[in-house]
Amino acid sequence: MFHKKKIRAPLTESDILGLKAGEEISMSGVVLTARDQAHSRLYGMIKADKALPVDLKGQVIYYCGPTPPRAAKVIGSCGPTTSGRMDRFTPLLLESGIKGMIGKGRRSKEVVESVRRCRAVYFVAPAGAGAYLNSKVLGCEVSAFEGLGPEAMYKLRIKDFPLIVAIDPEGRYIYENM
Amino acid sequence: MKVRFIDAKNIEDTVKSLCIRANTVLRPDVLEAIKDLYRREKNNTIQKDMLGILIRNAAVAQKEQMAICQDTGMVAVFIDMGTSTAIRGDNMISAVDKGVEAAYKEGCFRGSVVRDPLLRDNTGTNTPAVVHLRIVDGDGIKISVMPKGFGSENKSRMIMLEPTAGPEEIRDFCVETVKAAGPDACPPYVLGVGIGGTMEECALLAKRALIRPINVSNPELHIADLEREIKKQTDTLNIGIMGLGGISTVMGVNVEAGPTHIAGLPVAVNLSCHALRSATAVVD
Repeated sequence: MFHKKKIRAPLTESDILGLKAGEEISMSGVVLTARDQAHSRLYGMIKADKALPVDLKGQVIYYCGPTPPRAAKVIGSCGPTTSGRMDRFTPLLLESGIKGMIGKGRRSKEVVESVRRCRAVYFVAPAGAGAYLNSKVLGCEVSAFEGLGPEAMYKLRIKDFPLIVAIDPEGRYIYENM
Repeated sequence: MKVRFIDAKNIEDTVKSLCIRANTVLRPDVLEAIKDLYRREKNNTIQKDMLGILIRNAAVAQKEQMAICQDTGMVAVFIDMGTSTAIRGDNMISAVDKGVEAAYKEGCFRGSVVRDPLLRDNTGTNTPAVVHLRIVDGDGIKISVMPKGFGSENKSRMIMLEPTAGPEEIRDFCVETVKAAGPDACPPYVLGVGIGGTMEECALLAKRALIRPINVSNPELHIADLEREIKKQTDTLNIGIMGLGGISTVMGVNVEAGPTHIAGLPVAVNLSCHALRSATAVVD
């Protein structure tokens, strides 16, 4: 299962132009986690023209608030959270350079259009399988907003992380009719 | 009346071990339902791959004592306390919270509770829990914990129907709730449905319904019929696991009904993701 097209994060436009909505891929490389509060902060900082704690160019943002690691592990359970709650912040983040997002579930019309316009990509990851996905994460360190605890931004080093393309750079969207 | 004393520490320890079990060992009825869908889903499809991942996820979680899902929830705790029981030591609520805190620390579960809904400061302990107490006959204490993830809690809904509405409108509201959740809240779903009571009692019935194993029907035949009818209708929605279509949309419908007012028919749907977690024990 799931050993399809391989892709490396962070992403460039040429990495993703051939991707098609509905396609299974496997991602390796480095992604940044961010969920509700980290999004809200990044959004506020961009709006206020403040320097960001991370360079967003080419980054893949993973909507994930992991559980803490048990001894000898780098991270705990680490599946995706619902993407729709990030919709209000996403177009600005795309305009600020992010190239990919990983989450679960539907996105707003504005996000679908923004992904197309920015030639980016939205992936969904197996939802509710955080213990299984743990084995796909090789490294984890805090990247920003440490005080947010589970909602901080973590830099995750992943290997063969299983994903499905949900919005491709042409704006094709697997949940169009839902 | 002879009073039986139970140490608050026993309540704390019971809540702790229940929270650890609920978060790391998938309920047998839920695992069996996922395996059944896996057997019936078409071969060589992403849907079947995904169901296979859920089965492996449950095995990894149990073996490594890792949370089944990173959303280890806000904990609802249901306590049935015998009338001739008294608690010695701490008060019950603080014993429950100590148990939750200890479990989330030892189990390395995520603290997902914020003290104030607007200020959003994380308590760091996953407390307070939400405690529902019933006084019952006898001299024991029975506790059920349900760590409830908010991906699916967010898609739960309630409606005050008119008293003459009947089962069709109840069914339609449940189906619309599932449709509105779509792929977002981790299907295959389990529906806890409450019918009757007052507004808050109805929501509580819906949550309690999720404790019952999903392979056990309501003992009232007309309610069991309604459970089957809701399931049958949601099966036609073709949402499927991760919204990819297929048969894995709803894997269980549990309805609990209670007395209500002549002017009303409250209905609440407490939606659960496929990682429906709860555990029950009697305090020694």
